[in-house]
Order: sequence, then structure tokens, then C-alpha cells
Amino acid sequence: MSEIDEIVGEFLVESYENLDRYDEDLLALERDPTDADVLGSIFRTIHTIKGTCGFFGFSRLESVSHVAENLLGKLRDGELVVTGEIASALLTTGDALRGMLADIEATGEEGASEHADLVAELERLHAGGAATFAAVGDDTAVDAAADGGDTEVAAAGVDEDAAPDAAEEPPTPRLGDLLIEQGLATAEDVALALHAQELGDKRPLGEILMEQAKVPVEEVDQTLATQASARGLAESSIRVDVGLLDELMNLVGELVLARNQIVQLVTEEQDSSFANASQRLNLITTELQEGVMKTRMQPIGNVWNKLPRVVRDLALSCGKQVDLVMEGQDTELDKTIIEAIKDPLTHLVRNAVDHGIESVERRVAVGKSRTGRLVLRAYHEGGQVNIEIADDGAGIDATKLKAKALEKGLITAQQAGSMREREALQLIFGAGFSTAAQVTNVSGRGVGMDVVRTNIERIGGTVDVHTELGGGTTFKVKIPLTLAIIPALVVTSQGDRFAIPQLNLLELLRLEGEQARSGIELLHGAPVYRLRGRLLPIVRLDDQLGQPRLVTAEPADGDREVINIVVLQADGHQFGLVVDDITDTQEIVVKPLGGHLKDATLFAGATIMGDGRIALILDVLGIAQRARVVSEARERSAAITELDDVVATGTATQTLLLVGVGERRAAVALSEVSRLETFDASTLEWAGGREVVQYRDEILPLVRLGAAIGVHGTNASEGPLEVVVHQVAGRAVGIVVDAILDIVEQHLDLDDGDGRPGLLGSAVIQERVTDVLDVAAIVATVDPGRFAHDPNRFASDAYLGA
Amino acid sequence: MTDNEYCTFRLDELTFGIEVHQVQEVIRPQVLTPVPRANGVVEGLINLRGQIVTAIDLRRRLELQDRPEGREAMNVVVRTAEGEVSFLVDEIGDVVQVDDASFETPPDTVQGVARELITGAYKLEDRLLLILDVPRTVQLPAPA
Repeated sequence: MSEIDEIVGEFLVESYENLDRYDEDLLALERDPTDADVLGSIFRTIHTIKGTCGFFGFSRLESVSHVAENLLGKLRDGELVVTGEIASALLTTGDALRGMLADIEATGEEGASEHADLVAELERLHAGGAATFAAVGDDTAVDAAADGGDTEVAAAGVDEDAAPDAAEEPPTPRLGDLLIEQGLATAEDVALALHAQELGDKRPLGEILMEQAKVPVEEVDQTLATQASARGLAESSIRVDVGLLDELMNLVGELVLARNQIVQLVTEEQDSSFANASQRLNLITTELQEGVMKTRMQPIGNVWNKLPRVVRDLALSCGKQVDLVMEGQDTELDKTIIEAIKDPLTHLVRNAVDHGIESVERRVAVGKSRTGRLVLRAYHEGGQVNIEIADDGAGIDATKLKAKALEKGLITAQQAGSMREREALQLIFGAGFSTAAQVTNVSGRGVGMDVVRTNIERIGGTVDVHTELGGGTTFKVKIPLTLAIIPALVVTSQGDRFAIPQLNLLELLRLEGEQARSGIELLHGAPVYRLRGRLLPIVRLDDQLGQPRLVTAEPADGDREVINIVVLQADGHQFGLVVDDITDTQEIVVKPLGGHLKDATLFAGATIMGDGRIALILDVLGIAQRARVVSEARERSAAITELDDVVATGTATQTLLLVGVGERRAAVALSEVSRLETFDASTLEWAGGREVVQYRDEILPLVRLGAAIGVHGTNASEGPLEVVVHQVAGRAVGIVVDAILDIVEQHLDLDDGDGRPGLLGSAVIQERVTDVLDVAAIVATVDPGRFAHDPNRFASDAYLGA
Repeated sequence: MTDNEYCTFRLDELTFGIEVHQVQEVIRPQVLTPVPRANGVVEGLINLRGQIVTAIDLRRRLELQDRPEGREAMNVVVRTAEGEVSFLVDEIGDVVQVDDASFETPPDTVQGVARELITGAYKLEDRLLLILDVPRTVQLPAPA
């Protein structure tokens, strides 16, 4: 890079920064047109750009800034007062300047656009013209976000107090002047010394004066210090390459490890001076680590500062009044996270203004204040950062959402009926969903919210929505502080350590004694554990990792004294992972695995433990897939899964529960099964002409499967009852079967069957003809009104293989 | 060929060489963290000053006999397009300078994986120096 390029580069970065402030200042000025400080700052920004452009010969840039400066001059002199119109024109000027700067950055030349419309508009306003505000041409509305300004660690502050006229920074006071001012040297002495310099004395002024014994040495030093501090904020911060910071971060990580080892050695040594030294090393390392971490942290305000402009422009174009309140701008986040949440946040804010907050008329009609309120709030909580975007608008109508989803064919009527409000709200995150009655150019194209969610989840965050009809909507985003360091649970399996990200962790179970011996049951060979009444599939970590079991270290399952189960969640599915031991929770530094291990889907990376050894980080989803807890295809959530099922084509496989009824076998989609229970025959009671049992403080109506589908020879009422519990719309029905046989996953090739009731047809499963149950039809016999039977749903939804 | 300096090492009875500029460093036996379900030639991971480096057992990669029990392996850390990789070898030799004239490509009778991974041999006075194709060596065949 040549020297001139470097200077231009500096000019660009500085100008982008100044323009960001320029936007903020303009919005502030619009609120308080009398604020002379803010006006001064705006004027300075434009003046500096104009001056520098003249120097580099960017004439178009110069001429645009020149007209803007003229207009600003009138404002400053009180000849004009800021109006919305003037503010808009000046904001557009900022955009135009950014666009031209971006052109310079990309090509080294300013763009071809003269911005004639904008210039005309500025001139008209300057002339105090009364014509209505003509929309400024599109070419000026360059949305050059120009991220160049974001790479610096700290923005170089600009002296706020300088008089508006002082377009440039005040010059650093000269040493001579300072010395005279402080009465340490006379004007003549200084003049003499300066003269000596002119004559060729290369030494600094202070030195000459000292040599001439005009000024005591200490005084010069002190005065030099004064001079240094007068350089002000501009020189107290520097720009640092982010790559360098990453490198520093790595080195600090290494230092931490070395420190850990030394601290360990100290405990073996008796030498107290060594102990003291290592103690100091310990403290310094910790502080250094914190310091380097801090250099990567940036206040969330850096992302937010663009939002007032977004809100203002959008509100204006929608004819709304919106007051944006920001709380917790200082909340700090790792730089990489800041980058990642920029777009999702902007989208959520735009949505809130566009869809959330009502128009002025509407607000007045429902008795709200004319101005809507949009609150952005950020705060730390439990090692995470919470960001809330709350509007006081109309709220989201879950019923309308469902109707819309139904209309678009995203859900079935049955699903809509059983969907609770919370689930319905999740629909807005679905792909291809938008409730905006009209597609605006702002949002409402139905491509936003699913992307928002994906982007937030990609960095390990979550987004949730709460709404109150008529009261407003709040989006709550939770994100980790940093991606590089995550909290994790450390477990061991066959002597090796593994880290499990806490993000996936639900709870820890410890089975002891009798529980350890019999707590884990087998469902046709598949181990399960009854966790609060639900069957939790159990997966052994050592099996999944293919680790040979150390016979001596571990007795057979039946004799184990203690079983540690880590309950994990992957893609909305829960499962229990049996590990040998749970060691610790700690913050781990995530490091990538080499390209040669990209096939190792069981691991998300590796980390270095305190003793310098490596531990692999488990990829919980990978393990769940390997163990077939979740199917190969990554699912997003239960709601979305159902949507996907509707549109999926016939190749999907079904997970089926096989039951025995008399001599026959029957299959039921596992998705229709909420629980499997065993009841003693003596608990059977009668109510309303039906068999019922008391179950979880409710009455569970029972259906005898044999009777329902016309199979005879099923068992009588003595002996325990095997019951498949099915839940519809919050109510449960038990289907009594003779035996629970197996769970299989397979593609269903459905025959029409022989027309018996309660069946969708039959299929060959495990080489046996098996009746495939129409659960909805069966439970509908219990209470036809309550469990309305929609034959279409099950044909299209539950049994895709048909 | 401009770079005639080779870092040499032994595997079983054979002497191999890797161009010096491809070698980042040679280090003592390291603690290895095994990677379950990885390719069989991946012996594990080593912590190279905070960087996680995959260690490949060259004996197994070249389909030689396994290293005798209890015999520790040295690490030859090489630079590759996908980051550093450590080759586990029996013993480190000298850096040797060779004469281009003594180079020959392997005869057709060389079979199997060696044919793929060995670009040729320098005929040294007392032995043959087999030259390893590093980029190919770190390309692991898909696990069976």
C-alpha cells in the first residue's frame, strides 16, 4: 500500500466514524434544535470531509459536502431552524457521502453520481425555499453500512468542546508557549532558542533552553507532560488489528496453561520464594487474561447506534411516531457475537416499527399515546446477555396467526385446534410465514423471522416471543457472551475426559443402589428410564464412542452401584447419556479440530484442560443422531417438524410402536403415543358406561383395542393392563393392548386393508402383516364430540407412506 | 527440484525423507488424546502450544507393521493446506543434503499404498531415502 493509499484509508475510516456520529447528532438535533454543541459537531464532520476531499481531489464529494455545509452554516447562524425536512435532507446527505466513500474504498475513485437531486434539495432548503420536500433520488440512498469503522478497538474520540468554528482539532500547544505561560521562560528566551533551531540546531526546544540554563530540567519535563496530555483523547486510543488480538488471546491461553502447571509444581516444592513468585505469576496471568478478553469486548451500543436512524426513517415512511428508548448500551459482548447479531437485531427492530406499533390514528382510537414506544434493553444474566426488543403496539393475535398458517396450508385444522398460544406464536419463526396484511418494502416478505432465528441459534443463542394483545410484543434474545469460551460439563468415559456444552444440558441424574440396578428398563432391547412419568431413551456414551469397556473398572450394568445420567436435549428431543463419572463444570476454550477429522460428527471441537491435556467436546446432536434418538434430518422444533411432515413426500420413514392384540400385531405412529403405562386390573372403574382408570388425578377413559378394531381372543380383564396413552387437545385416552412389542423405524407401504374400523390399512412389518391403527378414529369412539376425527389429517400427515 | 534438504526419519527398517521446508518442527513423544470413531490411522490429538494438532501414525498410514508395544513415537510436525499435522515416526534422523542425480521414481513393482505415497527414492551410499508425498499422506482414505 502506498503512502497516499494509507492516508486515504485513514480518511475513510475516520469519515465513516464521523458519519455514524453525524447521524446520531442529527437525530439529537431534531429533538432539540437549539443544541449548539450538537450542531457544532455536525458542522465539523461535514467541514472536515469537505476539506479533506478538496485535498485529495475528490471534487464531487467536495461539492456535495459544500452545499450541505452552507445549509448547516445557516442553521448555526440561526437563520434557519432544523425541521424534519432539513434533517431528512441532511441524513440523506450522510448516506450519499457514505456511498461515495464506499466507491472510493472499492475503486479508488469517487462514483459517477453527481447527486444533483440532493444538491438541488439542499440548495432549495438553504434558500429557505417553501416548496414541499421532493423525494431525493434513489441513487443517493446508498445503504453503505460501510463496516470499515467497526474494526477498531476504540473510536478515537473527538473533542466535544471545541467551538463550532474550529473545524479542525485545536493545534497542540507549543512547548515554548506553555513555558512562557507558566512563567518558566521569557518570550525572548524562547524566541532565541527558536532562532537557534532555525539556524540549524537540531535539538528540541526544551533541550536548548535547558542547556542555556534558562529553564530547570524538571520543569521542562513537567511541561512536556502537560503538552502530552493536551494532545487529548484523539491520541489516547489506537486502532489494533483484530487478528493480532486473536493471536494475543491464544498466547494468553497458553500462558494460563503454563501457569497452571507451575502452580501445580509449587504444591510439590517446599521453596517459599518459588511459591511467592508463582503466586505473583498467578495473579498477573489472571489479570492479563481478563485484560485481553476485554480488548475483544465491545459495548452493544456499537450495534445499536445505527438503530435510531433506522427507526426514524421507517416510522416516517409508515406515518408512525415512535420513541426509541435504549437501556444498557454499555453491556459488553465479544466482537464476533456483536457482528453476528447485528442483522437479526435490526430486523427485529424494523419488524417492531412496521408491524408492532400501530399508526397514530389507530393508537388514538384505542386510547394510547400518539407516540409508540420501542424499548431496547440489554443486560447480563447468568453468563449470558439478554436483549429485549419491546414495543407497546398491538401485540400478536395468536388466533389470526393460526388462521393465516391454516390458509397457507402450513398447519392442519386439527393442529390449529390443539395448538396453544405459545406454540402458535412460534409460527412466526417458520419459513414462508408473514402476517403483514400487505407486503411492504420494509418487512412482511415472510423471509425474515426464520432467518433471524437461524442466525441467533447459530451462535448458540435463543429467541423467544411474548405478546399481549393490545399491549405490545417483546422479543427476548439470549446469547452467550463469547463463542470462544463456553461453560461445559466435564465427564469421563472409560478413562477419557469429554466436555459437554451446557447449552445442551437439561439435568443430571444419579441412580444409586436399587435404582441403579433396576431403574433402567428395556423396551425391546432399547434402554429407557422413567423420568417423571415419561420414557427417556438411554444412550451409553462408551457405546457411542466405540470404547471397549474396561472389565475391571466397571461391573456389568446389573451390578453397578451408581449410574450417572446426563439428560441432554438435541433438536427438541431429550435423551439420557450414561457416563462413567461427572467431574466438573468449567469454562472451556473451544478449539477447532483439524480438517482430517471433519468426518468425526460426534465431536464439536476440542479444548485444553488445566493439566495441558486435550479433551474432546461432544456434539450432542451428532451423538443423538448416531444413537438414533433423533432422525438423520435435522429438525428445528416440534411445530416446524409437523409443518415439514405435511409437505414431505412419500419417502419419509415412520417410527412405529408395535403392539400385540390377540394373535395379531398392530402398529401405531410413535408420534401419537404420549406415554406407555401399566395398570393393575383391580384399578379399573366404570364411569359413563366406559372403563376408566384414575391417572394423574384425572380420569383416563380406556378403549379396548381388540374391540375397537374387531380382533377377538384378547385377554380378559385379569392381569395387568398394558396401555398406550394418547393425548389430544390436553385430554388423554388409554388404548388397552395385550402387549408392547417393539419400536421400529420404517417406510410404510400401506395396503388398504379389509375395511375394519379404526385402521388405516395394513403393512408388512418385521415380516408380519400388521394392522396400522388410525388412532384418531379409535379415540373418537370415546367421546366423538371431544376427539373429533378428521380422516384427512391422518391420511396426509401421520402416515406419509400411504 | 530446488530444495535438496530432507528431514529424515525411520519407520521400521525404512528411511523416509520430507523436504525440510514442509517440516515445522520435530518434537518429543507427546501425550495423545484418542479420537473415538476416527480413521484408524489417526492416533490422537496433541497439544502443540495451545494448538490442537492431529497425529497420524505413519506406520499404519503406510500399512507397515504396528509399532511394538511400549515404543514411543516421535512427532514430525508438517505444514499442510489444512493446518499442521503430526506424523508419528520411530526415530528421527539427520537433515541430509542429496544430489538430484541420485533420484529415481519407484519401480512398477512397488505396490499398494506405498506406490501412492512415495514419490521416489534417493540412492544414498548405505541406504535408500524414500520421499514421502506429504499432501497425499495427510489425505486420509474414507473410513471403511
